[in-house]
Amino acid sequence: MMPGPWQVRRVSKETPDTFTLVLEPLNGGRGGFRPGQFSMLWVFGVGELPISISGDPAEEKSLTYTVRSVGPATQALISRSVGQELGVRGPFGAGWPVDQARGRDVLVVAGGIGLAPLRPVIYHVLDHRKDYGRLVIAYGARSPRDLLYRKELAQWARQKDVQVLTTVDYGGVSWRGRVGVVTSLFRFMRLQPARTTAMVCGPEIMMRLVARELTTRGLAAGDLYLSMERNMKCGVGFCGHCQWGPHFICKDGPVFPYSRIAPLLDRYEL
Amino acid sequence: MPERKRTRLAAERVADLIQTLAGRGYTVIGPTVRDGAVVYEEIADAQDLPRGWTDRQEPGRYRLEPRADGAWFGYNLGPQSWKRHLFPPQTKLFTAERADGLFRILGPEAERRPRAFIGVRACELAAIAAQDQVLLEGPFRDGLYAARREGVFIVAVSCTLAAPTCFCASLGTGPQAPGELCDIVLTEVVNGADHWFLAEAEGARGAEVLDRLAAEPCTEDDSRRAGAAVYAAAQSQTRRVDCDGLREALEDNFEHDRWDAVARRCLACGNCTMVCPTCFCTTMEDFSDVEGSRAERWRRWDSCFTATFSYIHGGSVRTSVKARYRQWLMHKLATWIDQFGTPGCVGCGRCITWCPVGIDLTEEARAICRDGNDGNTVA
Repeated sequence: MMPGPWQVRRVSKETPDTFTLVLEPLNGGRGGFRPGQFSMLWVFGVGELPISISGDPAEEKSLTYTVRSVGPATQALISRSVGQELGVRGPFGAGWPVDQARGRDVLVVAGGIGLAPLRPVIYHVLDHRKDYGRLVIAYGARSPRDLLYRKELAQWARQKDVQVLTTVDYGGVSWRGRVGVVTSLFRFMRLQPARTTAMVCGPEIMMRLVARELTTRGLAAGDLYLSMERNMKCGVGFCGHCQWGPHFICKDGPVFPYSRIAPLLDRYEL
Repeated sequence: MPERKRTRLAAERVADLIQTLAGRGYTVIGPTVRDGAVVYEEIADAQDLPRGWTDRQEPGRYRLEPRADGAWFGYNLGPQSWKRHLFPPQTKLFTAERADGLFRILGPEAERRPRAFIGVRACELAAIAAQDQVLLEGPFRDGLYAARREGVFIVAVSCTLAAPTCFCASLGTGPQAPGELCDIVLTEVVNGADHWFLAEAEGARGAEVLDRLAAEPCTEDDSRRAGAAVYAAAQSQTRRVDCDGLREALEDNFEHDRWDAVARRCLACGNCTMVCPTCFCTTMEDFSDVEGSRAERWRRWDSCFTATFSYIHGGSVRTSVKARYRQWLMHKLATWIDQFGTPGCVGCGRCITWCPVGIDLTEEARAICRDGNDGNTVA
């Protein structure tokens, strides 16, 4: 329950309210995580938050987090400047099935800040290109200025066997891309359901609709994974806050196969 | 398995038991009367025990009343459980100091005093086992709980009377205190001037203490009479939870009119979760001094009945009282089984007694399972 001291090494602005922080350990801590895992980030005297790791899993000397400001604690997090300290606990939780997906096509579906916990998967697949088939990234954000990692998206799109599709809810006059919900991108991708593993992260309603749409298109529920979110105070299954039916999202998840949780997704106020 | 030592202890020897434990360096914590209730606090001697008191409990009501026979443990349960001492309502996790933008964490002060608990009921042993499972036996271990839990000398007392709110017998958690998890099990037999304890030691530590107490050998008849008193307590229980198919029935009735009905009565005050001996939910609170050079992080009991419990950016997941009551009852009787293999309810009945409006989970569970929405009769 004791955070280790880490230092902010780089802060970069992704969107008007979202920043990426790169942290390096003091006192001999070390990085290393599985894609999809999260840490508890503690700001001195303010509080602690569960934040997904958004960096490259091959990078062992640092941990990267992309944080959107939605309240006082997240605001305090993104207001850290280079050289300042943060407390880090973790990494915690079950990650994305990057091992099970070996030899298969990988479909990444993200909504908004949901791309952050999926970026390690993209890095991992690109780092181990021969181990995976096609990589398809379907990404939706509220508006063009809410799109995360825009340079990287363009870079990924240029790689062999990678398809990047983006869409926004509201485009504005200068937007020449697609407008619509993320499921509207599915008709543009060449999906081979039997050989595809899908990893989905975004608002719960978006994940529910994506899961429904993908299973309709022939994807097996066991090949479809969602990353769930609930209030978390401890990250290790003690505080009880993240309970979702029988699951503790912090230790049983946050990534779950759709086949295990499909009935729970339809339970309002569970 | 160490042999079970079985003796007969004169009633007044309880005083010696406390002194013997204190003499061995234990801080003795036991039942005592405070503010009209039996609570568990540090006791100096047998005078502090609630001798001559009994409790009258029913939904939404608890009163102490005198009893004439001088029984030491002639009551059932007060509002507190041993959770109060093993997993306190507020715990400081750490203090941190900051200078030049860097902080230093000063570890928590873990409880290290050897402690002895006297008067632990069977249902409370089951509750301690349940909390052990959550906090010690998962993939992570709570060091603070471990430090408080480790080495506690437990003197359990089997119940020879049952409150109308008790239902341990139906859950198999009482009223006979099992040998596991404790050092000595007492059963108080009181019948006019015939007042004594059946004292059973579990393991060497308990036996060694019993040896000091001038205990007499116990006869077959003593054992039988003590057993009969406990059996009578089990038989007198009127409330029950029928476990067969309960989990499935609750799962199948996630939507049910009864949830709406109970939500109209429930005040969402969280009393049930505060008195529950197995409820383990906590929240974290951060404090800092005005200069921002010193901060503390505290862990505090939390309740799934508060609106903020399920808050994530944008709002709470469980906005309705219905959803919060359902979360609590489902966790106790259904999802706890998925998580830990047993129900999260030990049948102590505190949630019934201490509910300001007297909501009875045994009644709610029965109603939900009996009148399934699908028209099937389950229980």
